[in-house]
Amino acid sequence: MKSKADVVIIGGGVNGCSLAYKLSKKGLNVVVVENKYLTSGATGACGAGIRQQWSTRENASLAIQSVKMFEQLSRELGQDIEFRQGGYLIAVHDEKEMNQAEKNVSMQRSLGLKVDILQPEEITDVVPILNVKGMKAIGATFCPTDGHANPFKTTFAYADAARNLGAEINTHTTVVNLKTSKKAIRAVITNKGTIETDVVVNAAGIASKVIAEMVNIKLPLTPFRKEIMATERLQPLFEAMVISFKDGIYFSQQKEGQIVGGIPIPEEKGGYKTMPTIAFLEHMAYTLTRYSPVLKHVNLLRHWTGFYDVTPDARPILGAVKEIKGFLQCNGFSGHGFMISPMVSQLLTNMIAEGKTSEVFESLTLERFKGKNIEKELSVVG
Amino acid sequence: MKRSIVCRCEDISEEDVIQAIDEGYTDIEELRKKLRIGMGPCQGRVCIQLVARILENKTGKKVATIPRPTVRPPLIPVSLGTLASEKNEK
Repeated sequence: MKSKADVVIIGGGVNGCSLAYKLSKKGLNVVVVENKYLTSGATGACGAGIRQQWSTRENASLAIQSVKMFEQLSRELGQDIEFRQGGYLIAVHDEKEMNQAEKNVSMQRSLGLKVDILQPEEITDVVPILNVKGMKAIGATFCPTDGHANPFKTTFAYADAARNLGAEINTHTTVVNLKTSKKAIRAVITNKGTIETDVVVNAAGIASKVIAEMVNIKLPLTPFRKEIMATERLQPLFEAMVISFKDGIYFSQQKEGQIVGGIPIPEEKGGYKTMPTIAFLEHMAYTLTRYSPVLKHVNLLRHWTGFYDVTPDARPILGAVKEIKGFLQCNGFSGHGFMISPMVSQLLTNMIAEGKTSEVFESLTLERFKGKNIEKELSVVG
Repeated sequence: MKRSIVCRCEDISEEDVIQAIDEGYTDIEELRKKLRIGMGPCQGRVCIQLVARILENKTGKKVATIPRPTVRPPLIPVSLGTLASEKNEK
């Protein structure tokens, strides 16, 4: 392991690896430290969706710019990340939701996004296996350029590209402590040795809170266990991701043919418990077959758990903290870290390599929680 | 071309596994995510032992010390209709 680096990234998920790639491209000497294996945290457990239809302007604009980058990513990294744009269909169930949907759509359109409000009878034109009555929808919004990509392949492709540019990626390596002096980062101490550095990026998912506590920084992160399931492979049935904020359900058909989806567990509580529950399976199967009765004949193969690292406003924490120089945050993604990762790593790269910042970036620092008026992201599922 | 099938569900051969190990995927969970071994209907019953053995041959790590993927329920495929029926009756 290297004993010196320009930047040490803690966490080998999609954000850590894409940042490693982009910083290496700028000529920086980067070391990644991952406690388990690449994609072992939220990235590897995620639902693979890439959505631009958000309620806050920051999230929508981050996602729109990220999609532009996803479109080029397979070519740029030289590996197929299986990015496909089948759209996102968001079910709308009542007048109140419709009012919010209209507000969201007009904001999203002002950012140049193509998004439509669908009548109930148009829903099955997009996803033929749905039952509009069963899902109790009075309409939907649909953005055809939303989509999904393979989170494993994306992360591995970033990691390979980073290694080719000279980055060192250490898996099964645990951060034991962070060394500081004069309120600045000096080194990362791991179970396999010490790496001297002036810049540490905390991209450790739910463990980010623990890492920050090593230097007495409190991050407002709550781990929420989420469950998700995959069915057997089927012939291609539909291309869009279907989601509902009211029911919390989301599901899509992946490239290989399996349907992958999730829903909040009844009586969900924050915490680090990882066991999957039968309550989830029943609730998911019941809701999914309500949305699409034909799926009752389809076999479920497995389900697993992962964590959302949830912040009070459901938006990520990025960039510097006031207390410790060189200790940068890249966490708190609240369930949508994968889809905005291209832009997040770009913003952090601009800051680390060139000292550039932006309005969106500044609005996502830890400092925002010290003010009173934070705008909460409303469009969260799962 | 000769192909020895390791994973029947996802049609992955010994050669595919060896290639992935050579590319640096030396953890069963990483191999699983790279190649989809253990993600089909058998959920790894057939392939994981074989992959562990190939990993031993390639890396020298003993099979007994190679961590296995998490067992993810249910153990056998169950139809969504069966799972939903419990709730439909309530």
